Amino acid sequence: MTTKVVNKQQRFGLFAEMRHLLRQNIRNYAMYIALFIIFILFYILTDTTFLSARNITNLVNQTGYVAVMAVGMTIVLIIQQIDLSVGYAAGFFGACAAILMASGVPVGLAIFLVLLFGVIAGAIQGLIIGKLGVPAFVTTLAFLFIFRGLLSMVTEGSGTVVVTNEFFNNISNGFLPELFYIQGRHGLTLAVFTLVMALIIVLQIRKRQEMRRYQFPLISTSLMGIGLGLLLLLLGLLSVSLSGYNGLSWSILLVAVITLIYDFVLKKTKLGRYIYGVGGNREAATLAGINVRNTVIFAFASMGMMSALGGILYTSRLRSATPTAGAGFELDVIASCFIGGVSTTGGIGKVVNSVIGAFVITSLTNGLNLMGVGISYQYIVKGIIFITAVAFDVRSQGRKAI
Amino acid sequence: MTNYILEMRDITKNFPGVKALDLVNFKVRRGEIHCLVGENGAGKSTLMKILSGIYSWGSYEGEIYCDGEPKKFSNIRESTETGIAIISQELAYVPEMTIFENIFLGHEIMKGRLIDRNEQIVQTRKLLKQVRLDINPTTKMSELRVGTQQLVEIAKTLSKNAKIIILDEPTSSLNEQESENLLSLLRELKSKGVTLIMISHRLKEVVSIADTITVLRDGMTVCSLDARGKKVNEFEIIKYMVGRDMKNIYPHRSPKELSEILFEVSDWSAYEQRKQKQVLKNLSMTVKKGEIVGIAGLMGAGRTEFALSLFGNVPRYRLTSGKVKLEGKDLTLKSPMDAIRAGIGYVTEDRKVNGLVLLQDVKFNITISNLSSLMKGVVINEQKEIITASNYQNDLAIKSTSIHQRVRNLSGGNQQKVSLAKLLFTNPKLLILDEPTRGIDVGAKYEIYSLMNQMVEQGMSIIMISSELLELIGMCDRLYVMSDGEFTGELGQEEFSEHGIMEMATNIRKEI
Repeated sequence: MTTKVVNKQQRFGLFAEMRHLLRQNIRNYAMYIALFIIFILFYILTDTTFLSARNITNLVNQTGYVAVMAVGMTIVLIIQQIDLSVGYAAGFFGACAAILMASGVPVGLAIFLVLLFGVIAGAIQGLIIGKLGVPAFVTTLAFLFIFRGLLSMVTEGSGTVVVTNEFFNNISNGFLPELFYIQGRHGLTLAVFTLVMALIIVLQIRKRQEMRRYQFPLISTSLMGIGLGLLLLLLGLLSVSLSGYNGLSWSILLVAVITLIYDFVLKKTKLGRYIYGVGGNREAATLAGINVRNTVIFAFASMGMMSALGGILYTSRLRSATPTAGAGFELDVIASCFIGGVSTTGGIGKVVNSVIGAFVITSLTNGLNLMGVGISYQYIVKGIIFITAVAFDVRSQGRKAI
Repeated sequence: MTNYILEMRDITKNFPGVKALDLVNFKVRRGEIHCLVGENGAGKSTLMKILSGIYSWGSYEGEIYCDGEPKKFSNIRESTETGIAIISQELAYVPEMTIFENIFLGHEIMKGRLIDRNEQIVQTRKLLKQVRLDINPTTKMSELRVGTQQLVEIAKTLSKNAKIIILDEPTSSLNEQESENLLSLLRELKSKGVTLIMISHRLKEVVSIADTITVLRDGMTVCSLDARGKKVNEFEIIKYMVGRDMKNIYPHRSPKELSEILFEVSDWSAYEQRKQKQVLKNLSMTVKKGEIVGIAGLMGAGRTEFALSLFGNVPRYRLTSGKVKLEGKDLTLKSPMDAIRAGIGYVTEDRKVNGLVLLQDVKFNITISNLSSLMKGVVINEQKEIITASNYQNDLAIKSTSIHQRVRNLSGGNQQKVSLAKLLFTNPKLLILDEPTRGIDVGAKYEIYSLMNQMVEQGMSIIMISSELLELIGMCDRLYVMSDGEFTGELGQEEFSEHGIMEMATNIRKEI
């Protein structure tokens, strides 16, 4: 019986169970812990400025372009590939958007076209990798050069292209409309957060009921309560903080929606299964009748689209496209995924965690900036954090393998 | 000075759950060619790995004496220093390096602090002459044929002044002429005072070249035969190699009249690019509905190649001829997907390498082969998936904490059941099981056999590939015996005998 299963685990006691769970799922929790430590540390080091509503808003908006690209990269890394071209791809596609709009193309069409370009460019890379068998490292390195060339080609005449379209610029700088206020706070933001929190509670309870119905082992109710409570508390604090300033930004919403869609695809659809299958054991996937080549092409096409979206977000944030945009983005993006627990050998990874990984990276940049640490030190600190995260991950995996 | 250059006394080696060697004694005289024979899994390779230090001292029990001195090798380097060299079946070389670089890899000739390239080339030329090769030492290894690569490996052992050279199945991937050449080279080396230990399945070769033959069976020494002057013949060796009691470890299956032909292969030939070898030669077979057909053969006979090429995994093998019919209809199988759709399922020989996604759970692995049947729109119907996986878990008695346990953490037998479940979920008409009981314990074997009986009773047919003769005899309605890419015999149940099968598998009738 189900209750028996629960009781059996409760016998360990709450703390023992918590420890057990932490040890089992360290990969999933590690970056939350890292993020928490970083937040506390910067909160102290920056004299509370780091956690001010203004800075939190800023931080979240800064993360946007890295986060969406990390979402795409997660799939690429799961299937044991890599994409080095994403930085300049974002730069180039961002410039394309700016130029299209400058030459009179309506903003909606411009965005659509740029996303389409992204998909096509990605699919071409996927074809070269999946069909011709050129290693991803080489193919995408070649495309890094190509995109870099294209970027300087399209910006050659004009230099920086300024975007005047308000709708476009609002994507990364705008907030939800100020429809109403609750005690001086941004009403719509509070409403959205309340809705999301309610949804989380409902989904958790439904999932739990389902697990119980099929008599799967469950974590104890009290522990689930603590976990859920912590999550809700965090969201609550965030909503209070954001609503006291300008409210929820469009870019947070966009990142959330993209993340949810990808999470859904990976968890619930056939395609998602195939991605984990190909990444976990390519040979087994082939013998199970999966078309490995198409999976590879999909992963790169989706990455191309996310690069284009990242480019749009970045261009929108700067309100202009520059000839050097995108340089080095790929480093932040790939680092985000690995910090978020995507396995360096493929087969394992979650988009939600990669997005958290992106937050860890931008929090570092942001916090160090606030402290007035120079850019050179920032890179060194990032490098150390990155290697620590991956080393930790590899070690925890090794332990499990025994 | 003792007569024996090498003595291994009371060697016992345990692997988890299996006793691979049980008090094995092995003595080699100075300057002789000593052949080690036995069925697959008899313990030959394990014994040689102990001798060459691949299994280090302490991981086994027993003693090794070289020239009367006790030796405790903890790695290959130490055995090499004593003068023992091993040439494995899978040659270990760096393909993109030249011959001379490979030969001196790890013990380069130095001039001061730099590598003396010229001296290495000169030395290599001498060594190559010793193995009767007349090729440029600066040729890349990857450009050589397998037979030549093997000779280079021998030259490499000579460069290390090896006194004892161990060759594991040296002729298995060579053609007739290359084998002949290799054997006469071995005789020449012997005349120069080198001691040779050779593992081989080709009994004709063994009889013609060996001074002494040691037979291993089930991890024990059966006998050591003096083979000088053709005193021993192949049939005698086979008698020692098998000769076991048939125990009642196979579940009973009620015999049935089988008539309807389900599956037909004709004139199936394939060429493997990588080995530059015709791996399958004009194979034809039939499988009736509800029948278990076995394919027997020794390692390297081409059984797995046959299964994989049937399953549509063609890129590795170029089909040169052949037709497949299922239920009277011609099939074109270009990919595993085609095969699965047509109703053919394959469980691989090596479930960990290419059968299962070990990182994922039981449910994931069972359902991945046929997710299309679980879709609700674009979404996988989780309820249906859970019910499906749970049903298979019950039907096949897969022991796991839940269907959410990672496959990596299951025992071998249960992993194999997951592989079977995954296959059954595609509703196959024909199952190809490649070594279905390898590496699992006796109890789990019995369960797998019972499952196979259930499957054929439900009207499926099974092609069973196995290296264990007894298992094939116990389970199959009919048997094909394969040797060197050909079927050398087809036997009905009443004709089954270990001797007969082994004779066909070693193909001695044809060779004599």
